[in-house]
Amino acid sequence: MTDIIHNLTLGFGVALKPLYLLYCLLGCLLGTLVGVLPGIGALATIAMLLPVTFNLPPEAALIMLAGIYYGAQYGGSTTSILVNIPGEVASVVTCIEGYQMARQGRAGPALGIAALGSFFAGSVATFIIVLFGPPLTEVALRFGQAEYFSLMLLGLVGAVVLAHGSLLKAFAMVFLGLLFGLVGTDIYTGITRYNFGMRELFDGIGFVPPAIGLFGFAEIIANMELKETVNVFTTKVQKLMPTREDFQASWKAILRGTAVGSFLGILPGGGALLSSFVAYTVEKKLAVDPSRFGKGAIEGVAGPEAANNAGAQTSFIPMLTLGIPGNAVMALMVGAMMIQGITPGPRVMIERPELFWGLIASMWVGNLMLVVLNLPMIGIWTRLLTIPYRFLFPAILLFCCIGTYSVNNSTFDVLMAVGFGLLGYLFRKLDCEPAPLILGFILGPMMEENLRRTMLLSRGDPTVFLTRPISLGILLVAVFLLLLTVLPVIRRTRGVVFKE
Amino acid sequence: MDAYAIADAEIVLEVLQVEGGMNQKIFRAKDFYAGLIFIFFGVLALWEGRHYGMGTASRMGPGYLPNVLGAILILLGLIISGRSLWLGSETIKPGAFHPLVLVTLAALAFTFLIQPLGLVLATLALVGISSIGSGEFRLRETVLLYLVLAVLAAGLFVYLLKIPLRVWP
Repeated sequence: MTDIIHNLTLGFGVALKPLYLLYCLLGCLLGTLVGVLPGIGALATIAMLLPVTFNLPPEAALIMLAGIYYGAQYGGSTTSILVNIPGEVASVVTCIEGYQMARQGRAGPALGIAALGSFFAGSVATFIIVLFGPPLTEVALRFGQAEYFSLMLLGLVGAVVLAHGSLLKAFAMVFLGLLFGLVGTDIYTGITRYNFGMRELFDGIGFVPPAIGLFGFAEIIANMELKETVNVFTTKVQKLMPTREDFQASWKAILRGTAVGSFLGILPGGGALLSSFVAYTVEKKLAVDPSRFGKGAIEGVAGPEAANNAGAQTSFIPMLTLGIPGNAVMALMVGAMMIQGITPGPRVMIERPELFWGLIASMWVGNLMLVVLNLPMIGIWTRLLTIPYRFLFPAILLFCCIGTYSVNNSTFDVLMAVGFGLLGYLFRKLDCEPAPLILGFILGPMMEENLRRTMLLSRGDPTVFLTRPISLGILLVAVFLLLLTVLPVIRRTRGVVFKE
Repeated sequence: MDAYAIADAEIVLEVLQVEGGMNQKIFRAKDFYAGLIFIFFGVLALWEGRHYGMGTASRMGPGYLPNVLGAILILLGLIISGRSLWLGSETIKPGAFHPLVLVTLAALAFTFLIQPLGLVLATLALVGISSIGSGEFRLRETVLLYLVLAVLAAGLFVYLLKIPLRVWP
């Protein structure tokens, strides 16, 4: 207990420094902005800003990038409720009930409960990280190469199982990502792999070009194809405070959403998206009168909104304690740490406690800022929605280009990003989700190194992964996850969940 | 021409029609193409990786994992494509070619111009191409958008964040 207080004091000491408060605010503002704007998400924004963070102190960089991720969860709900277009994938389900509430003139309470539910969930999730961070780190310190390899395997399996659509295609995307990750000089022999005669590929492919290509360029192209006209509820949003009945109807949903989100966020492959889907299903199942759903039930806003914010935050746990990203956004956070010269993993908490605890404390501070940013300033954000896409896309395109170019002042990087953009667009057309590819790409080099070292130590005996108990346990979880998807019941719900 | 020949011809015609129908379906099946892409990358990985040196299980060479991954990709690609032939698959929605070309051109113009001409002019090229190509070109709007973006880009990235980029020609 004294440890917790000590850690929190340390964390808030860092997070409340004016400089870091400023970056936290900047991250939250940017996150809300890209969350509100359809056509650009947290992932592309973080990728775009990675090169910028190079010049910042590591604390400021991570605090800002984290702010973008959870800030986007708040912003995304605004668009869902007012326009019926999810600003972020994780707020897709919020559209269902939220938009109906807005049509009945209850946009205010919907936005209010979404923000308050998110804040509650965010606070709980922050506390969960504080509680579970240190013990997990201690376990992780005892991990050897074999355990790390198994853990990364579990991460990839999780990403595949929880991806939309075909399992086979998701697997293929992971393997393709791993392959892209292996481009460049092999550290053991000095042989350059897959450089195709290009000097620029000697050091491998950077994080930024694939991330910008797959989630920036490809997204812009896909959005321009849609050309949907946006119908904003221009009627002034009044009375943001939910009524007493609203609170009574939704406090349980918020609690359940927080629990669901906190748990699913920790799982590999989990995060905001999955959490919100599951929370909505839970609310619909538990409702006394399920027929209200689809017609503006406030629980259907409160639950998923709490869940996606909780999930966004607890997905930091595996990244911070084990150094293993559970979803594509966390993969980019790992990238941001590596740019700063920090190796993600259990040693971060021990060697850089101010970074670790500062980041966690900043999440709570950020959540508080977001409630203020979102509730009284809602008018400003909704006005942003009236900007036509013909103004937005050149701006997004420009920032993507500058972001990619400025990593190494390299034309080649932008060309590569354009290439990944075209590939990403093709994959989108063919229903292949790019998130597993990015995860494989980031984990590729780490997995290869751990595999080679393990096999060297075991003298080529692959059973070492099964004879070490922790490694075996992790692999069993992976097998269990895979088996789950084969079960017909889960298969059906998986289809339903992602179809809606 | 006897009756048998006519019957034969009809059968041939029917078969052709069926094949034509099936071909059309295959040519628009999502999974068929997805599989082909994976096979392509798998073959590329094996071909380029053929000299990398496999090593042994205890001392894995630089080619060990790439070759294994390449082989798995080919296998998965074959299954994905093959399944689409037997079970069918959703057909590809026709995409608009226009945005694809537009975004690519605008990005390429920016990239090749920023080094010699600087940020201000490269931004002009990007905004110009995007706006003219978007089909809703209005001169005054575009000029205004350009000015805002150029000031924002230079101010934010170069002066505030101190990223070393050439601004002027």
